[in-house]
Amino acid sequence: MVALLAYLMAVTAGMTARESLLMSFPLCLFYACVCLAAWYSCRATPYDRTPAPRFILTHVAGAVIASAIWIAAAKSLGRVFASTGISPGLDSRMPRVVPLLMGMGVLLYLLSVNFYYVLIAVQTSQEAETRLMEASALAREAELRALKAQVNPHFLFNSLNSISALAGSDPPKAREMCILLGDFLRRTLGLGEKSSISLDEEMSLIRAFLAVEKIRFGSRVNLEEDIDKEALGVQVPPLLLQPLVENAVAHGIANLVEGGLIRLGAHCRDGRLSIVVENPFDPDAPRRRRNGVGLANVRQRLAARYGELSRFDVTQQGDSFRVTLALPAQREEATT
Amino acid sequence: MTADASKKIRAVIVDDEELARQILREYLVPHSEVEIVAECANGFEAVKAISELKPDLLLLDIQMPKLDGFEVLELIGNELAVIFVTAYDSHAIRAFEVHAVDYLLKPIGADRFEAALTRAKDRLSGKKPQAALPASELAAAARPTAQYLDRIPVRDGTKVFIIPVSKLYYVEAQDDYVALASEGKKHLKQQTIASLEAALDPSRFLRIHRSYIVNLERVTRLEPYGKDSYVAILANGAQLPVSRAGYSRLRAFLDR
Repeated sequence: MVALLAYLMAVTAGMTARESLLMSFPLCLFYACVCLAAWYSCRATPYDRTPAPRFILTHVAGAVIASAIWIAAAKSLGRVFASTGISPGLDSRMPRVVPLLMGMGVLLYLLSVNFYYVLIAVQTSQEAETRLMEASALAREAELRALKAQVNPHFLFNSLNSISALAGSDPPKAREMCILLGDFLRRTLGLGEKSSISLDEEMSLIRAFLAVEKIRFGSRVNLEEDIDKEALGVQVPPLLLQPLVENAVAHGIANLVEGGLIRLGAHCRDGRLSIVVENPFDPDAPRRRRNGVGLANVRQRLAARYGELSRFDVTQQGDSFRVTLALPAQREEATT
Repeated sequence: MTADASKKIRAVIVDDEELARQILREYLVPHSEVEIVAECANGFEAVKAISELKPDLLLLDIQMPKLDGFEVLELIGNELAVIFVTAYDSHAIRAFEVHAVDYLLKPIGADRFEAALTRAKDRLSGKKPQAALPASELAAAARPTAQYLDRIPVRDGTKVFIIPVSKLYYVEAQDDYVALASEGKKHLKQQTIASLEAALDPSRFLRIHRSYIVNLERVTRLEPYGKDSYVAILANGAQLPVSRAGYSRLRAFLDR
């Protein structure tokens, strides 16, 4: 740019190479600063929201003003060089470069306007991307919160129906079931706000849930626990296992005339907690519509929180349905 | 049967939860005109009890072991008044499509139950016309769209057989019945071949003849049979006639 300006000045104003270089260096530097001002006019007139006449007027006026400033600067620089004796008579030759400076000034200004618009567009798209990412992170968080707080409404309707039946035949039992149901609901509400709870707490939630289901299904529902002592203190996302046990009842036990045994095992090994929930089911049972939703939720929550560090497998073998999951065994000290 | 007993409405309660049966029983206590002749805890028991006892009124849960409520209804005909009792409101439309008298949601209110019972009595005393179609037709019509059968319940006397559609070889129309040829034996079911065809996944089952639907996985080859007609030979050796329309459908499928 400097070389081009120097060459053109030498040609049009008959300057020597030394004179033209001396002039063009500071002039280019100065004009670069002037063009920075175009940034503000670009910001003030976004290209997609400004009417065309105003848009053109703004930038043409900007270009002319910037060039005028440039010319004035060039003239005073010429005078300085002339009066200090570096290049005598330079100021008298200055008017000859005015058209050149005007033309180049306008062009350069418009070029920089162009550049700024590209810059603004890039910036906007980056901002949009960040916003999008923030929004999706928020959405996922909200979804997880919703998943956590989810209690199957049909569980409630069926339980209320059982209470209603007991109210007539066995009032003390009805009262007991109300209390058990209240206990379970209060726990799920309280836990929904926490990010982690100990496996021990999760297990007492499951026991509260099964206590209600046991009144509904009677001797058909049974739980066998096989949990390491050290596993009880491991932190897990709240309501991680409850949906699995609920599934085991709704899709397994409820379809079996004689019911069955739900086995829940939890073991700690090499800093990892592995959990198995196993239940019998009827492979020929009528299809149920909600099947799989609960499992998918648990899988998503594990993946969202632990990513590659977690594992989630579902296996069906004969009439046995088994969910195996593994996650890092974090203790309370480590998570706070 | 005495003259007095014949006036009674004979009811069967079907629900897998004892407490759910209990509350229905309790609501029926003041109604001496209704006699509970059986209580069933699963679909098989229900079909057996209903075909043996021929009740007038059925209080039917939908989700239970062995057979769901709709499958039970499909097998027992529609000469009786049915009141569905369930915690799910999502089956209501389907229930009325199979001409249920009413659809009660758990927990069941006493007033709501009375209203349902009154409607059932109206239906039984002939104030409302009975459904003209067999129950299996209605059940097929009420099937949610885009969900094809994965099993077909069949009743033989008081016994119920479940035929997974994957084990089916072919279906043959026989008057008002269809014969389902699966591994081992043939089962008869009261249903038209057209309604069964509509309920089967068209990417797996094809109507190759006015009287035949074939499981495409079981077809081993096609052989010409006389002048421009064919027979399909199945993996179990069965030979089925293929009509001209059936042949072009089969071709279109094989060319895909």
